[in-house]
Amino acid sequence: MSKPFDAEKHVDHMAEVMGLTIAPEWRQSVVDNMAATAAVAELVLAFPLDDHVEPAPVFEA
Amino acid sequence: MSGELLLRPAGEIASAVNTGAVSAREVAEAAIARIEATDGKLGAFTDPTFGRALAEAEAVDTAVAGGATLPLAGVPYAVKNLFDIAGVTTRAGARINDDHPPAKADATLVRQMTAAGAVMLGGLNMGEYAYDFTGENAHHGASLNPHDPTRMSGGSSGGSGTAVAAGMVAASLGSDTNGSIRVPASFCGLFGLKPTFGRLSRAGSFPFCASLDHLGPIARSAADLALIFDALQVDDPADPAQIRRPALDTTPGIDDGIDGLRIAVAGGYFRERGMPEAYAAVDHVAKALGVDREVVVPEAARARGAAYLITTSESSNLHLGRLRERAADFDPDTRGRLLSGAMVPAAWAIQAQRFRSWFREAMRKVLEDVDIILAPATPFHALKSGTKTVTLDGVEMPARPNIGIFTQPISFVGLPVVAVPVWLPGAALPIGVQVVAPAWREDWALRVARYLEASGAVSAPVANS
Repeated sequence: MSKPFDAEKHVDHMAEVMGLTIAPEWRQSVVDNMAATAAVAELVLAFPLDDHVEPAPVFEA
Repeated sequence: MSGELLLRPAGEIASAVNTGAVSAREVAEAAIARIEATDGKLGAFTDPTFGRALAEAEAVDTAVAGGATLPLAGVPYAVKNLFDIAGVTTRAGARINDDHPPAKADATLVRQMTAAGAVMLGGLNMGEYAYDFTGENAHHGASLNPHDPTRMSGGSSGGSGTAVAAGMVAASLGSDTNGSIRVPASFCGLFGLKPTFGRLSRAGSFPFCASLDHLGPIARSAADLALIFDALQVDDPADPAQIRRPALDTTPGIDDGIDGLRIAVAGGYFRERGMPEAYAAVDHVAKALGVDREVVVPEAARARGAAYLITTSESSNLHLGRLRERAADFDPDTRGRLLSGAMVPAAWAIQAQRFRSWFREAMRKVLEDVDIILAPATPFHALKSGTKTVTLDGVEMPARPNIGIFTQPISFVGLPVVAVPVWLPGAALPIGVQVVAPAWREDWALRVARYLEASGAVSAPVANS
């Protein structure tokens, strides 16, 4: 990701987009989880994948 | 006699019932008595079905009297409460599901257990919607560890671990998306089987993540896992992810030993993030197997991360309507994870699924040179109930998502695993080791588990509490 991920801004925006109501007492947990997810996503997205590597939505092992 | 027999492995119970040495009804009555005496302080059961148990036991006794031999004759068992039990509401650990009408029919695997002669004692506690590794639940209470009730059972199939370790039932069924069979097996000192993805039907169970959900048994012996696994296999068009394959009969070869199997310990990621007991347990098992080879699982940390992304986004999609309408009714420990999961950009989740294809191929290559991989099941012994953070490798992190760091990369690519219970010298608590096999080779993992059990290296005693 080019700029540091702003979890608070993302949560506020996506709550509106997705029609989710976040009570004030839940917000910190949502923001913390979003930040943790973004950090994990950065790790996964940093791995280069060939164009021909396709998703495996139904996984046969 | 039936009370003592209740604490023996399922296979012994079935033999005694099949030969008429004891009736299924006597075993069921012993199970009911033990549940009534012990479950009040352990919290394993949410929905006892004692009337059904007695009726099923009598049906088994009638069948045996008529000359039938049933593989699980009279074996008392119970199921995580995300399995449909006819006449019982499928809670899936959720206050929201408590409002659902009772299930009209049994889940496919419950029907298989009934057909094999097993006797259903009820529905078991679990973490809300299976998004959990602790066995704690804000709505239905915590399922506790019978070896030390101040500690967690592990989750999310928490009650499935508690009930078997406490000797209330001989076996249970659970689900495992990222480790939810293997974690309670580790914390409660039990044998747990997560079969290959697509092996067993999930029809009639409440889903968590469609592309990661597995169902399987927990028991106090490796041979029992094999007996139950054999009984559970059936082609079922009702599960769209099930792969049509011939059934694998694992019981006949369970005592074939380990000759010819190439076994190695997982290095790298799997030796870096745990407490000393996690590595000591793996070393103990490796020594018992005469193994000194190490193999590196490539990109395991990224595999764990990708499983995390898929889990949070798939589960939040499933629950989106409930998150919009009834967010206040979720368990506080689940709500923040699911709400944030509903905000994951699609590109992240799809990249995780593409990485999954890459990792599957990488694991296939690893498994060309090795047949069995040994890895820790959990990074530590069962945590004290209510633990919110853990420190691993000097880094403090939330406990709940990180209990599964060693199970998650393995189930990510659907590989079959038997978790085996280790009691280290002087340890007051057990800890599990994963015995990982190539896809569709549950028989190899079960053989290794049985060899370890027969040699005394691993065991699953009933807790004294």
